[in-house]
Amino acid sequence: MKSLILTTGARLLIALFLVFSLYVLLRGHNAPGGGFIGGLIAACGFAIHAFASGVAEARRALHVDPRTIGTLGLACALIAGLMALPLGAEPFAGIWGEIADYKISSVLLFDIGVYLAVVGGILTLIFALEETL
Amino acid sequence: MSWTLALPILVPFVTAALAFLLRNRRGSGWISVAGAVVSLVLAIRLLLAVLEHGVVATQMSAWAAPFGITLVADYLGAAMVLITAIIGLAVAVWAMAEVGQTSARLGWHGLFQTLIGGVTGAFLTGDLFNLYVWFEVLLISSFVLLVIGGRKKAIDGAVKYVTLNLISTVLFLCAAGLTYGATGTLNMADLRAAVSAHPDQGLMTVIAMMFMIGFGLKAAVFPLFFWLPASYHTPHYAVSAVFAGLLTKVGVYALIRVFTLIFVGDQGYTHEILLWVACLTMLTGVLGAAAQSDFRKILSFHIISQIGYMVLGLALMTPLAVMGGVFYLLHHIIVKANLFLIAGVSRRLTGSSDLYVIGGLYRSAPLLAALFLIPAFSLAGFPPLSGFWAKYVLVKASLDLGQGLVAFVALLTGLLTIYSMTKIWAEAFWKAHPDQRQPALSAIPTRARWLLLSPIIALAAMTVLIGLIPEPFVTFATTGAEQLLDPSAYIATVLGGDAP
Repeated sequence: MKSLILTTGARLLIALFLVFSLYVLLRGHNAPGGGFIGGLIAACGFAIHAFASGVAEARRALHVDPRTIGTLGLACALIAGLMALPLGAEPFAGIWGEIADYKISSVLLFDIGVYLAVVGGILTLIFALEETL
Repeated sequence: MSWTLALPILVPFVTAALAFLLRNRRGSGWISVAGAVVSLVLAIRLLLAVLEHGVVATQMSAWAAPFGITLVADYLGAAMVLITAIIGLAVAVWAMAEVGQTSARLGWHGLFQTLIGGVTGAFLTGDLFNLYVWFEVLLISSFVLLVIGGRKKAIDGAVKYVTLNLISTVLFLCAAGLTYGATGTLNMADLRAAVSAHPDQGLMTVIAMMFMIGFGLKAAVFPLFFWLPASYHTPHYAVSAVFAGLLTKVGVYALIRVFTLIFVGDQGYTHEILLWVACLTMLTGVLGAAAQSDFRKILSFHIISQIGYMVLGLALMTPLAVMGGVFYLLHHIIVKANLFLIAGVSRRLTGSSDLYVIGGLYRSAPLLAALFLIPAFSLAGFPPLSGFWAKYVLVKASLDLGQGLVAFVALLTGLLTIYSMTKIWAEAFWKAHPDQRQPALSAIPTRARWLLLSPIIALAAMTVLIGLIPEPFVTFATTGAEQLLDPSAYIATVLGGDAP
C-alpha cells in the first residue's frame, strides 16, 4: 500500500524520530530516558520508513543489516562491562574519564550498546514480518 | 574473586558476538569451539575457587547486597557451571559436523553461545529477578535454535514449546513480583529470612506454589511435561542434545534452589506435593517412552522420568536424598546429552530416526554400538556406571524414611527404562537393516567422523569414570547437599559485606 501523505510525512518524521532518540539516549544519563527507550524511538523511525516506502528502501537507508547492528550493540555493552577488568574494578563498574573537560564514562558506552541492540533487534523483527506478510 | 564469577557468563556472550559478526565466514564454528574451551577453563577455575572457599559471591558494579545484583556460586552452582561448559564444548565440536553453512549463516553458532551464556547466568545468579532475566535470555535463543534449519515439523514443535514456556515465564514473573511486594527484596539469600519472618505464612505458601508451577513447567514434571516430547525431536540433533542435557535441568536447579533456600517454611505441604509429583513424573515418563518408536522421542520421554528422580531427591529433603538428587542431576546431564549425540550419528548412518525402518548398526558400526551401551546402561542404572550410584542413593534415602512405595516406584522406573533401552538396542542396533543397508562409520568423511565421535567418546569416558571412582563425586555431592540444607554459609557470604 503506497500513500502519498504517508511517504511525504514519513520523510519529516524519520529525521525527527532519530534526533529525538539521540536526545533521549543522552538525557537518560541523569534523567528519565536511556538506551532502551531511545532505541525504540529510533526503531520507530525506520519502521515508519519501511511502512511508507517498503522494506527494501528502509534497508538501504539503514546501510547495515539490523542483525549486525544488534550484535554490535551487544559487543559495545560487553566492552563497557569488561573495561573494569584491566583496571581492577568490579565487573560492570562505571569507569570515568575526562576529555577536554567533558566527563565520559563506560556507562554511556553501555547505554549506546543497549540502544544499538534494541534498534537491531526490533528492526530485525519488523523487517522480517513486513517481508513475509 | 569477582571476575572469577563474572567471566564464565561474559565469555559465551563475547564468543556469541564474534561468531555472529563472522557468521558468513567458513570458520565461524571454530570461534564457538574456541570460546567453549575458554569457558571450560574458566569454569574449572571457578570450581577450584569454590572448593577452596566453600561459597564465593560478588556484587555487580560493587552495589552491596541485597540491593545490587549478586553472583554467587556454591558447590551445586559451580558444578552446574562446569558441566554446562563441558556440554557446551562437546556440542560445539559435534555441531561442526552437523550444522551446515545455511544454519551457520543464520547465526546458529552465535545463538548457541548465547544459550550457554544464559544457562550459566541462571546457575550463578543470586537474585530472583536476575534469574528471570537469564531464563528469558536462554528461552529466546532456544526459540530461534528450534526453528533454524528446520522444516514444518520443527515450527510445529517450536510453537508448543514457545507457548508453554512463555506461560511458565509469566507465572515466574508474577511470583517474583508478589514476592517483592510482600517482602521488599529479591536477593535470594536475603529472602530466606524475609520469607520466614513474614506474618502471613499462608501467602508465602501460595507464592511458593506459583514458583513450583512456573519452574515445574520448565523442568517438565508431571502433569506439565507434555510440551517436551512434542518439541525435542524436531530440531538439529546438536540442539536437542543441549536442550535435553541442560535446559530442563535449569528448571530443576531453580526448583532445588528455591525450595531449599527460600520456601522451607511449610515443608509438610510443598515437599509432600513435590514427592507425589516426583513419583508420577518418573512413572508417566517411562511409560510414555515405552509407547514410542522414534529414537529421539523415546529419549525425550526418558528425560521426563529422570527429572522425577531429581525432584524426588529434593522432595525427601534428607541430606542423603538431596545428595542423591544433586548426583543424579550431574550424571544425567552428561548421559542424556551423549545419548542424543549418538542418536544423531545413528540418524546420519541409517537415514532415519524411526526405529522400525532402521537397523544393522551393531554389525556395521560396532564402535557406535559400544558407545551407546555405556550411557544407555548408565541411564537404566546398571552397576558400575554413574547411574547406578545415583539411583542407589535415592532408593536408600527413601527406604531410610520408610517410604517403601517411593522406593518401589524408583526401582520400577529403572526396570522400565531398561525395557525401552532394549527396544532401541534391538531395533536400531541388533536387527538387520530393512533395506539391507550397511551403515558403517567409515561412510562418514574422516574429519566429520572425528568431530562426531570424539565428544561422544569423551562423555562416555566421563560416565565410566564417575561410575568406577564414585568416591570424590559422592563426597562433592554430599558437601553440596549439606550447603543446600544449611545455607548459612551461602547467606553469610552473600550478605556479609565484601567478597575476599
